[in-house]
Amino acid sequence: MKIHEYQGKEIFRKFGLPTPRGIACFSVEEAVEAAKKLGGAVWVVKAQIHAGGRGKGGGVKLARSLDEVRDLSKKILGMNLITHQTGPQGQKVRRLLIEEGADIARELYIGMVVDRGTQRVVLMASSEGGMDIEAVAANTPEKIHKVFVDPASGLKDDEARGVAKKIGIPDSALPEAAELLQNLYKCFWEMDASLAEINPLILSKANKVVALDSKLNFDDNALFRHPDVVAMRDLDEEDPLEIEASKYDLNYISLDGNIGCMVNGAGLAMATMDTVKLFGGSPANFLDVGGGATAEKVTAAFKIMLSNPKVKAILVNIFGGIMKCDTIAAGVVAAAREVKLSVPLVVRMKGTNEDLGKKILKDSGLPIISADNMGQAGQKAVASIAAKRKPPIKAKARPAKKKGRPAKKARPAPKKKAANRKKK
Amino acid sequence: MSILIDKNTRVVTQGITGKTGMFHTQTSRAYAGGKQAFVAGVNPKKAGESFEGIPIFANVFAASAIWEAVEADLDLVICITEGIPVRDLIEVRDRMRKKKSRTLLVGPNCPGVITPGVIKIGIMPGHIHKPGRVGVVSRSGTLTYEAVGQLTELGIGQSSAVGIGGDPVNGMKHLDVMKLFNEDPQTDAVIMIGEIGGSDEEDAARWVKANMKKPVVGFIAGVTAPPGKRMGHAGAIISGGKGTAQEKLAVMEACGIKVTRNPAEMGRLLKSVLK
Repeated sequence: MKIHEYQGKEIFRKFGLPTPRGIACFSVEEAVEAAKKLGGAVWVVKAQIHAGGRGKGGGVKLARSLDEVRDLSKKILGMNLITHQTGPQGQKVRRLLIEEGADIARELYIGMVVDRGTQRVVLMASSEGGMDIEAVAANTPEKIHKVFVDPASGLKDDEARGVAKKIGIPDSALPEAAELLQNLYKCFWEMDASLAEINPLILSKANKVVALDSKLNFDDNALFRHPDVVAMRDLDEEDPLEIEASKYDLNYISLDGNIGCMVNGAGLAMATMDTVKLFGGSPANFLDVGGGATAEKVTAAFKIMLSNPKVKAILVNIFGGIMKCDTIAAGVVAAAREVKLSVPLVVRMKGTNEDLGKKILKDSGLPIISADNMGQAGQKAVASIAAKRKPPIKAKARPAKKKGRPAKKARPAPKKKAANRKKK
Repeated sequence: MSILIDKNTRVVTQGITGKTGMFHTQTSRAYAGGKQAFVAGVNPKKAGESFEGIPIFANVFAASAIWEAVEADLDLVICITEGIPVRDLIEVRDRMRKKKSRTLLVGPNCPGVITPGVIKIGIMPGHIHKPGRVGVVSRSGTLTYEAVGQLTELGIGQSSAVGIGGDPVNGMKHLDVMKLFNEDPQTDAVIMIGEIGGSDEEDAARWVKANMKKPVVGFIAGVTAPPGKRMGHAGAIISGGKGTAQEKLAVMEACGIKVTRNPAEMGRLLKSVLK
C-alpha cells in the first residue's frame, strides 16, 4: 500500500525524523491559510499524488508571496500531473502540501528496501540526492553505499555513522544524521514498510539534516497490525477496477491490451498473459481468481473484466487442482449469461473434473471456444478478435442471433470509462 | 529416492483442525502411503484430542509455527500459508541462520512438495503426477501443475516436484533445490520455473553452469508484466528495472539452460533434452 508524502512525513515525525513544517490542503483557500499560519517569506507548493517525479512534471513550485501561493495552488490543484511514473494519462491532483521553504546546502539520498538475497533490510545512501537514483545506481554504483541491517540488533551506531560520513555529512552533523538513519530504520521495521525513501535528504546551510521528501510503501500482508496506516489509504489514487476486485478478494491489475484473462494462480496468470503476447495479442488485465473461487467470484471477475471497454475477447485458463473444473465451468456459464456476454470467450480447462467441466460448457449452448492447452488458448483468443474484425465469412460457425446482440449491453457505465484509462 | 520427502517421511500438520488444514491433510493421507506419514497435528485449543486417529498437540501461527519446528530440530518444514508479513519471515530466517539450524524450510505461500506415487505433502492435485525421473522446481503453484501435467501427458514421470513459494523472503530457493536434484540419483533432468522479481533464477542459472551434471530447461513468467505492479505474488514485482523476465531468460540461456517463451511447451522442451 502507498501513502502520500504528507502522510509519510506525519509518520516520520512520530519516529523523530526532522521534517520541514507543512500543512496538507484540499483547496486554494486552505493553501493560502496554511502559508499564513506557517509564516516566513518562502513556501513550497507540492502536489500530493502517489507517483514519483512530481517536481519534473511541474507539481512542485516555490512561492515567494501569498499571492504566488494562491496562483500556484490554483494551477496545481486539479491539474493532470504527468510524470514518468503516472504513465501518459497522468494523475489528477486533489491534495496539496504547503511547506516552509528550506535552506538547502546539499541534497542527499536515503532509501530502504528488503533485500531478497540476504533476507535483510538494506539501507542505501548516496551523496547524489534529488536526482533519479536509478540512474545513479546504473552509472555510478560506487556512489551508493549499502548496509544490510541485522534484524536482531537493528541499525547500529557505528554503521549509521559510517554511512553518514561516506555520503559527505560533516563531522558536526554526524550524530544527528546517524540518529535520523536509525530512526528511519525503526520506522521501516515497526511500520512493516516495504519501501522507505527520502529523496532528497538535505543538509541545510546551518548543517542540519532534514527529510525534505518522504516515500513510504507498506507490506500488504502486515496491514492487519497497522489500522492507522490503512486509514491513510486514498482510493482516488487507485484504479477503480482494482478496488472493485479487492472487494471480492480477486487479484486484478489493469493493463493496456484487449484480451481479458481470467486464471487461477498468479504464476499461471502471468504465463497466460505472456502466451497472449507470444501469439501477437495483448492482455487487458492480470486476474488471479485464487484457489478457492466460487461461482459468485467468477461472475464478479467477469463483470470487472468486461467493465473495461477495451476488452474484445476473454480467455479463461484454469488448472483445476483443489479447485474443480466443473465449479469453474458452472461459474463461467452463469457469468456469461448474466452479463450477456458479447465478446468471444475462449476457455481452457485442465485438471480435476476436467470432463465434467467441459460437458457443462458444451451443454450450455453458449458460443464458447474451447482450447486443449494454454498455447492453443492464446492463439484462439487472438484469432477470435481478428475474426470479429472481418465478419462475413468467418462468423459462419456462430449462430446468427449473436449478431443481434450489440456490444452495448456489456459495456461499462460511462462513469468508469475515464477511470479505466487512468493507469497503465 | 527423490528429494526432500520419501516413504519414510513423518509429518506434523500445523493447524490441522482448521477447514483448510483438515482438507489437505485428508487428501495428502489419501495419496499413496500418506496414511502412515501423517502422524500428528497441532492446534492450540485442541491439544489432547485427535483427528482421524492423529493425536493433536498445542500451538501456533505461521511464523512462530516455523520457528517451533526449527527449535524441535525437524528435518523439513513445508509452509503452505500465504499472507505472512515479510518482517516475520526476516526474523525467522535470521534466527535459523544464527542457530545454524539444519531444518530446511520450503515456502511459505507454496503448494508444497510431492514425490509422485510415494508421498504428497501439500495442496497440489495428486492425480496429475506420475512417478518418474524429472525434477520440477517453481515459485508458482498452478504453473508447477501445468509443467507436471504436460510431462505426465507426454508419458514422462517426475522424481519430485517442489513449489518454493512466491514470497520475497522464503526458505529454499531454486538454487538449493537444484543442488538436491543434482545429487539425487533418481533425477535425470530438471524443469526450473521462475517469475519476475528478485534474482533467484539468475543465481540458480549461474550455479547450474558451474556445477550441474544434468540437463535443465526453464520458463519465466511475466514477460508482459509492467514495472512497479505486483503480480499477485508478494515477490513478483519488477522494481528499479531489476528482475525482468527478459533479463532472467537471457542469463539462463547464457548459462546453458534451454528456455521456452511458450509455457505450453515446457514438457516438450524437457523431452528434447532427455537422453
